Amino acid sequence: MPDLEKAVAGGNGSAAESGRYIRRFTSAQRWMHGVLFSSFLGLAATGLPMRFSQSFWARKFAAGVGGFGAIIFFHKLCALVLTVAFLIHLKNIFQRGIVNREKGIFWGPNSMVANWKDVKDLIGHLRWFVGLGKRPTFGRYAYWEKFDYWAVFWGMIIIGFSGYAMWFAPFFARFLPGWALNAVLVVHSEEGLLAILFIFSIHFVNTHLRPDTFPMDMVIFTGVESEEEFKHKRPEEFDALVKAGKLESRLGPAPATWWINFARVIGFTAILIGLTLLVLTLSAYFT
Amino acid sequence: MKNVSLIIAVIALGAFAAGTAHIGAQSSSECLTCHGDASMQDSSGHSIAVDGDKFHGSIHGPLECTNCHADIKGYPHPDKIAAVQCETCHADEAKGLVGSVHADGKEHPCTSCHGNAHEIQPKTDPRSAVYPLNVPKTCGNCHGTEGMAKKHGLASVYPLYMDSIHGFALSKEGLLVAANCNSCHGSHHILSRKDPESPTYRSNVPATCGKCHAGIETDYMTGIHGKAVAAGNKNAPVCSDCHTAHAIEQPTADAFRMQSTPICGNCHKEKFSTYRDTFHSQLGSLGGYVETARCWDCHGAHGILPASDPRSPVAPANLVATCGRCHAGANASFVQYQPHANAHNRKLNPALYYIGLFMNLLLVSVLTFFLIHTILWLIRQRLEQVKRKSTEGGNNA
Repeated sequence: MPDLEKAVAGGNGSAAESGRYIRRFTSAQRWMHGVLFSSFLGLAATGLPMRFSQSFWARKFAAGVGGFGAIIFFHKLCALVLTVAFLIHLKNIFQRGIVNREKGIFWGPNSMVANWKDVKDLIGHLRWFVGLGKRPTFGRYAYWEKFDYWAVFWGMIIIGFSGYAMWFAPFFARFLPGWALNAVLVVHSEEGLLAILFIFSIHFVNTHLRPDTFPMDMVIFTGVESEEEFKHKRPEEFDALVKAGKLESRLGPAPATWWINFARVIGFTAILIGLTLLVLTLSAYFT
Repeated sequence: MKNVSLIIAVIALGAFAAGTAHIGAQSSSECLTCHGDASMQDSSGHSIAVDGDKFHGSIHGPLECTNCHADIKGYPHPDKIAAVQCETCHADEAKGLVGSVHADGKEHPCTSCHGNAHEIQPKTDPRSAVYPLNVPKTCGNCHGTEGMAKKHGLASVYPLYMDSIHGFALSKEGLLVAANCNSCHGSHHILSRKDPESPTYRSNVPATCGKCHAGIETDYMTGIHGKAVAAGNKNAPVCSDCHTAHAIEQPTADAFRMQSTPICGNCHKEKFSTYRDTFHSQLGSLGGYVETARCWDCHGAHGILPASDPRSPVAPANLVATCGRCHAGANASFVQYQPHANAHNRKLNPALYYIGLFMNLLLVSVLTFFLIHTILWLIRQRLEQVKRKSTEGGNNA
């Protein structure tokens, strides 16, 4: 598999053999991911000390940043940033799907919505893991990427709603029963914990740390990946583009070295913070 | 009327002092001829000097030396001289010492607290070692040392007291009314706190503190804890269980609020554990934001009443007002919130129990599935990599 080897070489943003780069994410989408992970890290870093307020590191951390007052301030600030980002995303979907009637947003090979192929891909992928079949080929969004998306999507709705219900409890109590005020904390902290554990273990490994992309998939920072890498990772999207003669329109500029280095620093910092929080969470959970 | 009697008393005292001073001075000046020499020592090297000026200025100044040193009739003195017996005059105080923790006169002579007998001042005089503002330092001479812990198993309480609200009132504000050691422990008849007669015995503590904090005592005695103590319940909390005995802090101070909820949790274990699960506790544990509700913010502190009592702040009818103290806009639905909800108790909190169960199942199933998925994936990709490398290596060779 010589082409695979080349693709692996390009896996962490190194130069393309063909010299051609295919655009995968628009700059707005990359910004969205940046805002998403920064505010998420902020929410996790300030949420965990509250969730595990009895652990030794929670108190140390709280004392270090100025106590609970500072923690809740940053938690709410990050929550507002993430809420705005989410609303912008909803507006974009509405704009593209409903107003502009753009095809393929809600259904089809380039949609985030799960379809029958995703089920077959999941089963095929699992069979490949244990050596029972060939590796399935993936389109623009693989099933685990769709799961990431929807987990975050519903997570934001659930965590966001329960968070605002606590923030403005007397207001929410006007139309929520009293026990719901108890429930929102349970829901908020459990769903938040799930999000934290999922992102910092599963998402990190699936998307960045597994051998194909190790140590980091740079496409979310640069927006482009080399033609070889693109072809290897998303053969179905590649074939469809070639067939429709649209590959040329998707070509993008080679990423600047300084930008790759800058993105690496940011990305590794995020991963490091995430892994630290993961270790602290697990230590608090099992002690 | 009061002033007149005071003036008469002063004149009478002055006349008495002038009259006896004359005789005493004559007699003691005879002794001071030798003992006034500051370098004077007995055969074993102990100083037997007396500062005449200080002696005459002391409360014992009007006395003759032989009033206390009764076995000395003239010179030369007898070979063995008996110890001075303070109880000859101070009989009540001596009686008080009997049975007290300081009863052993050899270990605790009167002078250990009152200072040099030749320079003693009345306790109302700021120079006195037992003047209210000087008492803690005097007691601290022994009770501020590690030696006490080793010898008697008693903590070094002096530094605790000095940093307490009482210690500050005394040392910083100079208040004579500030509680000093004597205020709680007494002076001569000091008893162990294990002695039922002692003012620091558990069930006597409310009355002891109530000597000054009368309003709080009344409030406390109407509450569930005060009633339990009055009924003879040895486990019911008294003042010192929450406030400590010596290191008493201002209860509204951040430090006290931060450390205080576990005190109630000592007995109310289940309530404390369910409180810990709530936002109130999670916020409150982290510091820097001490306003979050602690036990007594809702239940009251001294006159704690059960929720079934209509006077209780946690009685159903009072909840809107009680919660509303912090949560502006709290309404009837808002106060249905359960500050001690137990998500693990299906019978008491079914909705919460099933929601918690669902969330846990979701968390465990998602993570388990993807953990297996990811681990298998990693193994497979690594195998592919190794396989690829070996074929490539073979081609190159």
